[in-house]
Amino acid sequence: MSTTTSTPPGIGRDDLARLAEHWDEPRSLRAWFTTVDHKKIGRRYLVTAAFFFVLAGLSALVMRTQLARPESGVLSPQEYNQLFTMHGTAMIFLFATPMLFGFGNFLVPLMIGSRDMAFPRLNAFGYWVFLFAGLFMWASLPFGAAPNNGWFAYAPLNQDQHNPGLHMDVYALGLLFLGISTTSGAINFIVTALKLRAPGMSLNRVPLFVWAIVATAFMVVFALPALNTDNALLFLDRRFDTHFFDPGGGGNVLLWQHLFWIFGHPDVYIIVMPGLGIVSAVLPAFTRRGVVGYPLIVLAIVAISIVSFGVWVHHMFATGLPQLSYSFFSAASTIITIPSGIQIFAWLATMMLGRLVLRTPLLFVIGFIVTFVLGGFTGAMFALTAFDQQVTDSYFVVAHFHYVLLGGALFPILAGIYFWLPKITGRMYHEGLGRWAFWLVFTGMHVTFFPMHLYGLFGMPRRVYTYRSDLGWDVGNLISSIGSYVLALGLLLVLIGVVHAIRRGRPAGPDPWAGDSLEWSAASPPEAYNFPVIPRVHSLHPTWDERTAESTTTGATKDRILSEGKRTLFTSELDARPERAAQMPEPSFKPLVLAGVLLVFFTALLLGAYPVAVAAVLAVAATIAAWLWPPRRPDEEIGIAS
Amino acid sequence: METTAQTSSRPARRQRRFRPVLPLLSVLLLLAGCSGESPSALNPQGAGAARVNGLWWLLFWISVAVFAEVMALLAWALVFRRGGARVRHGQPVRFVTVAGAGLPFIILVAVYGVGLRDLAALGAGPGRDALTVEVIGHQWWWEVRYAGRSGATANEIHIPVGERVKVRLRTNDVLHSFWVPQLMPKTDLISGETRETWLEARQAGSYRGQCAEYCGTQHAHMAFLVVAQPRADFDAFLDRLDAPARAPQTDAERRGQQTFVQGTCAACHSIRGTGAQGRVGPDLSNVGSRWSIGAGAVPNDAGHLGGWIANSQTVKPGNAMPPQPVDAARLPDLIAYLRSLE
Repeated sequence: MSTTTSTPPGIGRDDLARLAEHWDEPRSLRAWFTTVDHKKIGRRYLVTAAFFFVLAGLSALVMRTQLARPESGVLSPQEYNQLFTMHGTAMIFLFATPMLFGFGNFLVPLMIGSRDMAFPRLNAFGYWVFLFAGLFMWASLPFGAAPNNGWFAYAPLNQDQHNPGLHMDVYALGLLFLGISTTSGAINFIVTALKLRAPGMSLNRVPLFVWAIVATAFMVVFALPALNTDNALLFLDRRFDTHFFDPGGGGNVLLWQHLFWIFGHPDVYIIVMPGLGIVSAVLPAFTRRGVVGYPLIVLAIVAISIVSFGVWVHHMFATGLPQLSYSFFSAASTIITIPSGIQIFAWLATMMLGRLVLRTPLLFVIGFIVTFVLGGFTGAMFALTAFDQQVTDSYFVVAHFHYVLLGGALFPILAGIYFWLPKITGRMYHEGLGRWAFWLVFTGMHVTFFPMHLYGLFGMPRRVYTYRSDLGWDVGNLISSIGSYVLALGLLLVLIGVVHAIRRGRPAGPDPWAGDSLEWSAASPPEAYNFPVIPRVHSLHPTWDERTAESTTTGATKDRILSEGKRTLFTSELDARPERAAQMPEPSFKPLVLAGVLLVFFTALLLGAYPVAVAAVLAVAATIAAWLWPPRRPDEEIGIAS
Repeated sequence: METTAQTSSRPARRQRRFRPVLPLLSVLLLLAGCSGESPSALNPQGAGAARVNGLWWLLFWISVAVFAEVMALLAWALVFRRGGARVRHGQPVRFVTVAGAGLPFIILVAVYGVGLRDLAALGAGPGRDALTVEVIGHQWWWEVRYAGRSGATANEIHIPVGERVKVRLRTNDVLHSFWVPQLMPKTDLISGETRETWLEARQAGSYRGQCAEYCGTQHAHMAFLVVAQPRADFDAFLDRLDAPARAPQTDAERRGQQTFVQGTCAACHSIRGTGAQGRVGPDLSNVGSRWSIGAGAVPNDAGHLGGWIANSQTVKPGNAMPPQPVDAARLPDLIAYLRSLE
């Protein structure tokens, strides 16, 4: 598959052979289950998240079919309530974040000039947990036991006495299970970006996409514990008669909301931030220049990741908290739009100074700007408590967050798919198919969601499985439903385009876009070791930079070839000064086994088989012990002796 | 029209306020097939909703202006920066800072100030001795009581026109949210706590409200009507709340009452002045005059009432009332009795 068959200057044929020997994994079933290659894991994240996206999207289509006409009977209320809950939960937890983690997994090591993630086995473990947790949650749907309380699962409706059955146990346990994957992935991104950057890639030369992923990872690490706490308390309430959220037993129902939104608002940015990172990564190739205002954008990313922890109460503006508290959170929620404004105008300036190459990825970036800006306006409106109280929990808020999330995450993801498909598969997509897909997705998106602003203002609450015909909501709902089919058709064309590219696409070559970041100096698809020579980075746009290119050819040095073992380079956190060569782990079954044992644990908890759960905990401990048991290796190899 | 049995003629639409946006608004209304019955927040009929309506149009026009600016810049790039355009390598940091941070900051601070003023206005409830309505949320209906009155009604809140009425909100079970788009933005009903809001209608009329916080299977059917009446009519309504329900007048009604009181109905429902004192479901003392059955599920007429009694699960699946084994021969009497309770 590789397109670089000739030996580049500066590296010997024997070095290449040794690198291949240390890094290549055999094509076998065993290798498929044991791989620790970040590119394979990244691809799996992308494919699995896309699969869950299809399930969640089909749920939405069925719901739109039900809502196309007033008082229609396509779905029972029980079915509708499970579908809207699974739609939201899956889109947020099983599609958006894992999809963007998939891009991060594939791209971060390539963009920073490393040969893998910092913890390759943890990475594999994270994927398996994500897969199992996703299947765990979706498997409940055929049994009629899927979560049915909305993605934010408010108390006390999530309590056993109001919501018997397994529905909310699936929710609590599924998200706890998934949280293990997200947390381990986030830690891996942080360490990778801080320790594995190519020499010379000081912090002011780190690609914006990597900044976005790292900021996201920090948000995950700080936000997720609140959600995990919430779900653990919920499970205790439901199964072991604690009363954290039961006012009858001295509990407090708003505690659920506080904990949920302390996680939930940063989560909005956890979803959108990597999307914004993709936009910053795509633009240079299609404007033929770097993004304007790199320091401003980095500052904006960091500011958002901090301020996003101080706005959660704007999700609770109708709960009757004190006005003083509202005025504070209203101010914070107003201010947080400014870093996004800076980024929007930086991208606009980039487009106004560069030369536009109007290919499919850029079309999706333009679609992103139009859509995300509209979602931003309504977002700023929601920061004002009085307005929020009128339109929250109506279809207006449904319109708002679909503009933000489809605009801020889906459009960038689609831009990223067309942009990096040549890198991931080595094949080009069909431009005509891509353009058709864009126009259908763009049109479908706005036809579906724009009318929701209106019938929200006309008084239609969200999460209703049906509505009466005499309230002025009929026409808008019908238009939305038609739009959703157009949107689905566009997304189907994206899928067809990807399959077509893999089957029939012409070879892309290493750098079809003349891109600026390091992934474009690797082969397409990249070798198992990514870079025969780890580059020495001299600028923010290393692939456009002669000196960086030279460092991997005539300027290649032994300390950046590292062919004596499965090695990559550790560098210092701020300036990326070389520290030492690190030995990377071999493939292993242990990540899969550990994820499997955890699946047994969570399933046993769900079904109330507590002795099995205890046994599973012991198995988890044993697997972790086996995983972490120090191998017998010479000191020199593990880097103790120098 | 059937469901919102209007108690008085609808007020004329106050189009004067919307004149600058009439062309756009008419397109929007056409698009949504907006008829006079829509409980639209853009057609405010009370002080609270009118506040927010003003705020909305301010935000709307600011958004239009900024969106036009962004689209103009984007269009300029798309027209002039293609083909043979020469790439310029400047760093217009000042432009980004001013357009992306400076101007938005000024606009946002101003808008925040207006928003704060409106928040304070919404918080300015009626005085201590104002009329107080107690609204209690149930899955999935609204119990309505008046301070100092023994009787209760359901899914219908009567208020006097032009007076600011205090509404005290509690819930019997899970969270709900009290929303009358034309009169007042939302206030949630919080389990274990009490919340307060207020209502004030400028003109006599009926204004539809609906639960806005997801509350389980039949969240979709938890609507109510605010009926704003002249003070005299309202006082008469209040007085009836203290009096026994209308006594049966015909033989059929008498037989119907007997069925109600001696049968399973009375286990859950009460009718003032009879032996029926159940507290699980809505008080039915004035059910004949209500705008709907099942909190907006179906219109209140004899056919729907019969269907509801026989098996409400086909009308509003999941609601607390099981199918009733009422003898087919007795059902018409029961319906006649309930319809007579005004």
